[in-house]
Amino acid sequence: MMDFLLNEFLVTGDPLIYGAMVSIVLVSIAIVFVLTYFRKWGYLWREWLTTVDHKKIGIMYIIAAIAMLFRGGVDAMLMRAQLTLPNTEFLNSQHYNEIFTTHGTIMIIFMAMPFLIGLMNFVVPLQIGARDVAFPFLNAVSFWSFAFGAMLFNLSFVIGGSPDAGWTNYAPLAGPNLNPGPAINYYLLGLQISGIGTLATGINFMVTILKMRAPGMTLMRMPIFTWSSLITSFIITFAFPILTVALALMTIDRIFGSQFFTLTGEGMPMMWANLFWLWGHPEVYIVILPAFGIFSEVISTFARKQLFGYKAMVWSMLLIAGLSFLVWVHHFFTMGAGAGVNSLFSVTTMLISVPTGVKIFNWLGTMYKGKIRFDTPMLWSLGFIPCFVIGGVTGVMLAMAAADYQYHNTYFLVAHFHNVLIAGTVFGCFAGLTFWYPKMFGHKMNEKLGKISFWFFVIGFNVCFLPMYFLGFMGMPRRTYAIEPEWMPLNVVSTVGAVLMAIGFIVFVYNIYYSFRYSEREKTGDTWDGRALEWATTTPVPFYNFATVPEITGPEAFWKMKQEGGTTYDKDNLEPIHMPSDSGVPFIMSAFMFVAGFGLVWEWMVVAIAGLIGILACMVVRSFDYDHGFHVSVEEIKETEEKAREGEK
Amino acid sequence: MSAENEKFPKQHIVGFLGSLVLTLAAAWAVVGSGLPTHWIIISIMVMAVVQAFIQLFMFMHLTEKNGSIQVGNMLHAFFIAAVIIAGSVWTMSFGFSHNHSDNGGGGEEMQMEEQEHNH
Repeated sequence: MMDFLLNEFLVTGDPLIYGAMVSIVLVSIAIVFVLTYFRKWGYLWREWLTTVDHKKIGIMYIIAAIAMLFRGGVDAMLMRAQLTLPNTEFLNSQHYNEIFTTHGTIMIIFMAMPFLIGLMNFVVPLQIGARDVAFPFLNAVSFWSFAFGAMLFNLSFVIGGSPDAGWTNYAPLAGPNLNPGPAINYYLLGLQISGIGTLATGINFMVTILKMRAPGMTLMRMPIFTWSSLITSFIITFAFPILTVALALMTIDRIFGSQFFTLTGEGMPMMWANLFWLWGHPEVYIVILPAFGIFSEVISTFARKQLFGYKAMVWSMLLIAGLSFLVWVHHFFTMGAGAGVNSLFSVTTMLISVPTGVKIFNWLGTMYKGKIRFDTPMLWSLGFIPCFVIGGVTGVMLAMAAADYQYHNTYFLVAHFHNVLIAGTVFGCFAGLTFWYPKMFGHKMNEKLGKISFWFFVIGFNVCFLPMYFLGFMGMPRRTYAIEPEWMPLNVVSTVGAVLMAIGFIVFVYNIYYSFRYSEREKTGDTWDGRALEWATTTPVPFYNFATVPEITGPEAFWKMKQEGGTTYDKDNLEPIHMPSDSGVPFIMSAFMFVAGFGLVWEWMVVAIAGLIGILACMVVRSFDYDHGFHVSVEEIKETEEKAREGEK
Repeated sequence: MSAENEKFPKQHIVGFLGSLVLTLAAAWAVVGSGLPTHWIIISIMVMAVVQAFIQLFMFMHLTEKNGSIQVGNMLHAFFIAAVIIAGSVWTMSFGFSHNHSDNGGGGEEMQMEEQEHNH
């Protein structure tokens, strides 16, 4: 038993891992101590763990995403440390493989998506005049299955070892023969569990946006961020089942000995790559389209103009969504599927740059002759445009199948996708968070610190990734753990850039603390002179969002309300509001998913089956739960609103 | 509203059990039935279609009267399914041709390998 514990269960022998173990234990003890000392266990359970309120769920998503950004960022810094100088022995090749795998997986699945889904959760119901999402209980299931999936995945580096086959997890390297042990199982089960949550979110927001808009808000009157969320929901709903199936097939391969992706028994290893990218390419649009929506909102608000080319924006997003399912083979042009296949996917890939270019010009058009204010959210949006264009242009270079044989698996590719994912998604998340921060927490983030973190991050970002294009041309392969001497100068530059980005991130996080302590509290709900309906609510937003739902008569609902003197608190037309009840079932059910997942990772079938029975039991409990929620009385609404609106008078 | 919700969810349970039975039957057809291969393929495909209809009618509100969204979603689903299946077959059929006809560069390599083995 002791032997198993020390040799297989716990990861031993690496001082970095020992450090991580000690810090995990210390942080856990500290959290338990703080919660107990301040008697916050009940508060935590009542207000957060059992909540079905879309605003709180959104905030929890964002907190988790920032924690994951930290973890993924530490991975990145370790990689840069290893790659700065030739002959570094900071990390061995196995450890390096594990770190680039967890970096990629965490940044995409557990950072980018939850960050954007968190913002969607908080903002979309407010923008369409709804009081919650269509399925609040399911929304909580989504969050908790994501959280427990992420926890399972993160556990791997101290218990059992981290997956090491890249975030794409290609077969046959990730198969049972070349990669025995629990590591890859963590990848499969962690993604499977959090994928359940993502799929549910897609369905939830699709229904919410289609069915729960305020009266008069036609599709073409929706704020552009809501449009981007709707389209993203469609992509999620149609793309994630492919990942679910692919992960399940490989899990069956690994645990039960089937041969879908093996080299023997007529298995097709490349079928994994095919299925992975059938999901994986739509996935990159899942993480970029909401960011486009955020930039559109921010640019229109801070240029103080209506969004230029609203209809073109909507149509270009629809076109991108459609094309996103038709380009996946460009991720493996070098498989050599022949000229016909490669040409077709080359053309479809280049086509995507057309609607994306339309969007760029629309943003520029929105700013044209606008009276631009340069607050932090706007800075992130302005930084996004040139940085993202570089990523887009190099993307078109990669789209040429013949040329791709040169770029494939080099640092050119690494530079390209960081240029689109960081400049697009990460800048978008930061822009969105600083933009909606006052609505979430009742105070702005400090402008000065915000600008410092912006400049560190943006300059660091370019210093870090521009040299990588040239390293790619010089032949530096992706995922190498040791560099040649001639690649050293540019790698040193790149590492300096990474350090600058890390400083930017630290200042950003410090800003959260600083603003909590010192920022002036918001007195009205309309911090930025906003245009969409979320700014019509008071700050902080009451749990039922809108005392009375306004009648929408045109685009930019709140802008119009401000001119015509409308309100979301029509005293004479108050009615009791029907709200959903909180529930502990989502948390408990997701905890059972974690147990089942952990059992499967270690192939302990008794544990896995116990977890599955727990999940089923929770489903039964939920199925026969006849709690239809509760009604908020008119008196309570009046009291809440009068108190919240004191500052406005 | 509430009266309707508090009815025993008969349709859902029948659908759920039906899906389970069909899935187990399909697994048994492959693992334990001993039928000839083409009968196995036909039987699991028939069961898949039946199960798809169970899903659509008992869970997915296909009978509700809300035309355009339902039709749009169905068409989109069919389109994506066609892309996934036809696209995968087209892309992946390279190098897996069993009749040794020229099907791209990989096919030739395989032929050459096989010839080498024969020598």
